[in-house]
Amino acid sequence: MTEVPSYIKEKKVIRQQYFLRGNAACPGCPIPKELDLLLEVMGKKTVLVVPASCSTVIMGDIHGSPSTVPVVHSAFASAAAIASGLSRQLKMRGEDAKVVVWAGDGATGDIGFATVSGAAERNEDILYVCYDNEAFMNTGIQRSSLTPYGAWTTTTPAGKREFKKPLPFIMMEHKIPYVATASIAYPFDYQAKVKKAKDIQGFRYIHLLSPCPPGWRFDSSLTIEVAKLAVETGIWPLFEVINGKFQLTGISKVLLDKSKRKPITEYLKLQGRFSKMSEKDIKVMQDAVDAMWDYIAELVKR
Amino acid sequence: MITVQKNVTAMVGNHAVAYAVKQAKPQVLAVFPITPQTTMLEKLAEYINSGELKAELIKVEGEHSALAAVYGAAVAGARVFTATSSQGLLYMTEMIYWVGGERVPIVNAVATRALAEPWSIWDDHQDFFSKRDASWIMMMAEKVQDAYDMTLQAFRISEDKRVILPVMMGFDGFILTHTMERLEILDDETVEKFLPPREFNLIDFNDPVNVGPIAAPDDYMKIKYEAMKAMEGSKEVIEEISKEYELISGRKQYGLIECYECEDADYVFVTAGAWTGDAREAVRRLRNEGKKVGLLKLRVIRPFPKERIKEALKGVQGVVVFDREYSYGYGGILANEIKSAIYNTGIEVMSVIAGIGGKDVRPLHFQKVMEDVLNGKKFEERWLND
Amino acid sequence: MIDYPVPLGRPKIGSSGLTGHWRLMRPEIDYSKCTKCRLCVIYCPENTIDLLEGFDVRIDYDYCKGCGVCAQICPQKAIQMVPEVK
Repeated sequence: MTEVPSYIKEKKVIRQQYFLRGNAACPGCPIPKELDLLLEVMGKKTVLVVPASCSTVIMGDIHGSPSTVPVVHSAFASAAAIASGLSRQLKMRGEDAKVVVWAGDGATGDIGFATVSGAAERNEDILYVCYDNEAFMNTGIQRSSLTPYGAWTTTTPAGKREFKKPLPFIMMEHKIPYVATASIAYPFDYQAKVKKAKDIQGFRYIHLLSPCPPGWRFDSSLTIEVAKLAVETGIWPLFEVINGKFQLTGISKVLLDKSKRKPITEYLKLQGRFSKMSEKDIKVMQDAVDAMWDYIAELVKR
Repeated sequence: MITVQKNVTAMVGNHAVAYAVKQAKPQVLAVFPITPQTTMLEKLAEYINSGELKAELIKVEGEHSALAAVYGAAVAGARVFTATSSQGLLYMTEMIYWVGGERVPIVNAVATRALAEPWSIWDDHQDFFSKRDASWIMMMAEKVQDAYDMTLQAFRISEDKRVILPVMMGFDGFILTHTMERLEILDDETVEKFLPPREFNLIDFNDPVNVGPIAAPDDYMKIKYEAMKAMEGSKEVIEEISKEYELISGRKQYGLIECYECEDADYVFVTAGAWTGDAREAVRRLRNEGKKVGLLKLRVIRPFPKERIKEALKGVQGVVVFDREYSYGYGGILANEIKSAIYNTGIEVMSVIAGIGGKDVRPLHFQKVMEDVLNGKKFEERWLND
Repeated sequence: MIDYPVPLGRPKIGSSGLTGHWRLMRPEIDYSKCTKCRLCVIYCPENTIDLLEGFDVRIDYDYCKGCGVCAQICPQKAIQMVPEVK
């Protein structure tokens, strides 16, 4: 065991924790980091609304919580509704505070879909961040509508036959002021988007890729590598839509050119959940990714 | 001599409740339309549009979201209100338990209505009574006047520091919601003094808290024990606030129960809700014939006023409990709660199931049932089904 | 101070206890190779690497769960994962 040098032991810490360490997240789970980056940008006057998800457990119990800002726990389907009421009251009491919904993909795309759509249609003044680990992870890796094609889950042991629900595009069609996608492998891009969203009034939506080591079946050290490959292969385009104007951000800007996109096998081979995919399945998935980029090319042109 | 009283008007139940809500000055409302509550929602929207009520009305996409939205606002310190009925009340049940468990002061007006299936828009109490285990204080109105008075008292009771529990006020669908009755209203200054600004708030950025996290089994049971104690303690608070309201309104409020002509009665009706008025009329008719009958009205369903009921029924031979709901596979809900409250007193409990799905019940029905009882035709459970 | 008889929790470091006990592998920084790029601080999923004066870094072994992301991400390969010995 190498000893830490004494000059290191004596130095003072210069960056505070916004999301406290020692929480219940799995080793390698990016959620604590994602929340720390979010709270660093959003500041002290933020209220988090957390529906049933991994984050519910990560937020601790009545004896201690890792969040340094107020958290309101929500029933599975009603995060956007609780956030609507919160944001209206905070405005009525004259406080310049922000409400952020921190919801998983199940709470957003499945059980809470109507609630999210309703809040978006009313253009409620909330920032909705959907951290996407592509299944109902908290209850033990069951498939959700955001599980990708071919992925193993406990309820799709042979691989999911349906495609991933295109939530960011659906939210874009609600004509809300801000929609963006982000990946934890590009933390500054993520923080820039949160900062931009923070200053906009109305319903803002950020869809964040959040790889899950136990759920996607990869070693906990590869979380960032997997999140990076998702973007580099084009499976996860990084973009933002500001008042209807679509633009790609970060490295995704160059990926309109198909030759610049890595083949999706680079991404699939790292994850045990795709190990049962046949050659045909991989081709189907690769074609779907290419079709999505054709659609993105049209959106960029508009 | 004719004296003109000020502040007397006539309103339908829905508008009376909307007027009371307007006077209570809430900050956030979230209501989803459902028959027979829709005209209340429309009245509230009118008040906000005209500027008489300065509140946010969130036009949510469903009742589950309605209670969720007012929960969010209430946690941040708002005085809130929502209203619903039958299917909507069932849809928001997950949030009913959520709010009851988190003990956030919220007032919910329930226009009672039968539950599907079969589809029905008519009045019974099945929806209201199904929420009795959720840790909410529950009160039932007999008249439009009650609906108005109870709504104002509900805000006060729920926010009382000794209580901190949500309150549900039930008033019969169509029978009270859409029926115009004479109504005495309080003036705005009196209501403002009766309902001081709300203090309950859980969002303080200098003291960030985690609202409603996981609780391990030991902690959970401790929390529920405290909730049980608060619920029991609220009996006293309800009676106290009832008396205070009597003084400012000049109208008797009756606290937890009302016992009409019970003092020397042999047999007593037990009812809750609007048909208490019909039972009252039946008691008057029977008394005119010299029969010794009375009426016990439950104004508050939860906390169940066991002690007051036992006191009121001392010396009574039997009670005839009218249930406008039913627990299938068991019996009338109210009848069985009354039975367990007086189980060692030797008083006979007879259960009558009537009015389910809105089947019409009139003073004559009450009268006939009691006449059968007085003629010795006793029963354990009887359905007024023909 | 919020003081109501409702279920509440407050902020606490180590809300799940000393999560350092979870480790099977332990990251060790070779400070002679460290170029102070701070990528390990940015990418540590648990926010368990402290950023110090002068941009030095230090792992908080009380809470590090041993996931290995820092070792994988370090461009200088200055962090090694060694078996945790108790």
